[in-house]
Amino acid sequence: MISRAMSRRHLLGLGVGAGAAAALAACGSSGPSGQSGAGGDGVADYWSLSGPPGEPARRAALERFNAANPDTKISSIFLKNDAFKQKIKTSIGAGEAPVLIWGWGGGTLKSYVEAGQVDDLTDWFTQNAAVKDKLFPTSFGAATVNGRVYAMPHETVQPILLYWNKKVFDDVGVQPPQSWGDILDLVPKFNARNIAPFALGGQSRWTNMMWLELLLDRTAGSEVFDRVFAGEPNAWSDPAVLDMLTKVQQLIDAKGFVNGFSSITADSNADQALLYTGKAAMMVHGSWSYGIQEEQGGDFVKNDGLGYMNFPPVDGGKGDPSNQVGNPGHYLSINAKATAEQKEVAKKFFSTTLIDAEEPKAWIDSGNVPIIKGSDSMYEANPKGEFLKFVYDTSVNAKVFAQSWDQALSPTAAETLLDNIAKLFQKQVSPQQWVDNMNAVIGK
Amino acid sequence: MTTLAPPAVRVSEPTVTGGGRGGGLIWMTLPALLIFTAFGVVPLLGVLALSFTTWNNVGPIQPSGLDSWTTVLRDPDLPHALWVTFLIMGLSWLVQTPMSVLLGVFLAARKRYRGFLAVLYFIPLLLSSAAIAITYKALLDPNFGIGNGLGLPWLNQDWLGDSTLAVGVVIFIVSWQYIPFHTLIYQGAVRSIPTSMYEASLIDGAGRIRQFFSITLPQLRYTIVTSSTLMVVGSLTLFDLIYVLTAGGPGDATRALALEMYRTGFQANLMGPASAIAVILVLVGLGLSQLLRRLGGRGDESQQEGA
Repeated sequence: MISRAMSRRHLLGLGVGAGAAAALAACGSSGPSGQSGAGGDGVADYWSLSGPPGEPARRAALERFNAANPDTKISSIFLKNDAFKQKIKTSIGAGEAPVLIWGWGGGTLKSYVEAGQVDDLTDWFTQNAAVKDKLFPTSFGAATVNGRVYAMPHETVQPILLYWNKKVFDDVGVQPPQSWGDILDLVPKFNARNIAPFALGGQSRWTNMMWLELLLDRTAGSEVFDRVFAGEPNAWSDPAVLDMLTKVQQLIDAKGFVNGFSSITADSNADQALLYTGKAAMMVHGSWSYGIQEEQGGDFVKNDGLGYMNFPPVDGGKGDPSNQVGNPGHYLSINAKATAEQKEVAKKFFSTTLIDAEEPKAWIDSGNVPIIKGSDSMYEANPKGEFLKFVYDTSVNAKVFAQSWDQALSPTAAETLLDNIAKLFQKQVSPQQWVDNMNAVIGK
Repeated sequence: MTTLAPPAVRVSEPTVTGGGRGGGLIWMTLPALLIFTAFGVVPLLGVLALSFTTWNNVGPIQPSGLDSWTTVLRDPDLPHALWVTFLIMGLSWLVQTPMSVLLGVFLAARKRYRGFLAVLYFIPLLLSSAAIAITYKALLDPNFGIGNGLGLPWLNQDWLGDSTLAVGVVIFIVSWQYIPFHTLIYQGAVRSIPTSMYEASLIDGAGRIRQFFSITLPQLRYTIVTSSTLMVVGSLTLFDLIYVLTAGGPGDATRALALEMYRTGFQANLMGPASAIAVILVLVGLGLSQLLRRLGGRGDESQQEGA
């Protein structure tokens, strides 16, 4: 990489984006990355999320590809979740995006498509049916805009689960909740013992959103959000939404969430730490949390300290308790501005490394369910097999597997959503104001 | 004091434009002017132009007239962001100015231990805002922070999760970070006050406190204006510290104007309205610095007139 870093073209690139380059270098890049258009020489660049559990698997895939294709390397940069989201958006606007655009599909992908920033992969998938056949069919929904596929689903499927700390539950002498009523009953019992009922990294905002997604589904089913997503006017005015928002504020009033939750960020994994250190009894979080707790929580997971289950039903609610929300997959798109050579590298990466035999293994080792069909046959031998089987079954058996709201909506509507969710949890807006504010951005 | 006065008089000599010494002076301003145009004026005009367009960050830029401006001016978040900005600005000025003046006066005396203290006080200024914010965030964590580590329950407040406390913490950290800088300015200004004034007051029987209020403070008048302008304009653009510390939260309690701009532009992908907010930010900054200049009196009169 050094000789390339010293090339004049690269130095010029650095001169132009010196600030950005310095910021990137500080974020753990594996080497200087050619920006799209400036990279050339069959180099495709790839930006993705840093940290456990995903980063090691991503690095392994890139290393396998680069070892197998010495002439056509993929260079990489890893950033934290929120930093990544900002950076990728800004760089696409500036025409400086990487060749491989990593994302969650949905509304953001739609905005890229409308701006002509990513390539249509529909025909490629038709020609490469073998690639398509290896992946979960449900994962293609969030990659599809107006009937065309613009991204390759890859990596993992990640439903949102309710985790609990078994030791804390034993100490207090209670059972995991089987209904919303149970949750409300458990709250004072934990509070009496100075244990926070629920850990929550509220400053990240999407963490709070997971509560709303699950509660709305359990009270009203998946149809309410479907109407919002379809852009139906006043779709948030469904009485079930008010009901759900009132339930959330009841839980806040009952001190259901850890003290200081609105200043805790999920990026630092402080919310996970609350659970595995026993400062909190329960946590609603994505299935990726398992890998984080295993990696950072000492012997907590190894000693069978972590309990997990589907979010329980709400008494009298209409939603099917098997319904899931979360990430039906992760997505890789190809930058429309990349050179033909770079696009070939990207497609080669899609049709080889991302679906090879090593790929599911790396994800399973990280505690995740790969998006590759039949990977459940590899769980038995894995120490995490039980959890993986649970996630696999939860995902496969879900009547509806909805995409996270902030990913499904456009960035503009998603920002209003996250802002209002933060204010709701801070009690700066009432449920009715929340509904009004959200109705105002439907379809935007 | 006549020995100090002459430079001020000599400058008032008429400068001739288009030749002689005047032409040379214009030459000298050229590099600064070019840099200012390239990195100040041009982007500013760009932002002004963007505020009359619609752009979602990834698509084409489309002209949309006054749409962005009406969106921003009707947005209830704007008055709130302005309020937060002025609150942080006003309170941090109130905290920083007296502290900086007193520390500056204290450190102005030439004693070795004060020199050592000056170096010590200066350290916060050498740290980056992001690093400061991350450190404080870790220290103030209600569950794993300093209160827990030291076993002091009263330190275990929800510092960054409570609206009022969070604003207080931001003001405290901003002050902690910038008092050293303003102290340095005041230290320099105090040292430039002629000792003969103090000697004369001593003969008249003035004590230390009387000297401070009758000589030091009046002599620091212009320094106070300069330092206040820096504080005010600085807190107007305060972004990195708040962004890392609270991201504008809890809710929108610490969401100042610069954060609102970032949120609108880069999170909600509304570059038009974000540019309008940026223009408002520039106008508020210009207005405030002009106001401070007026409050400070005419800038061309000599500070030591009548001394």
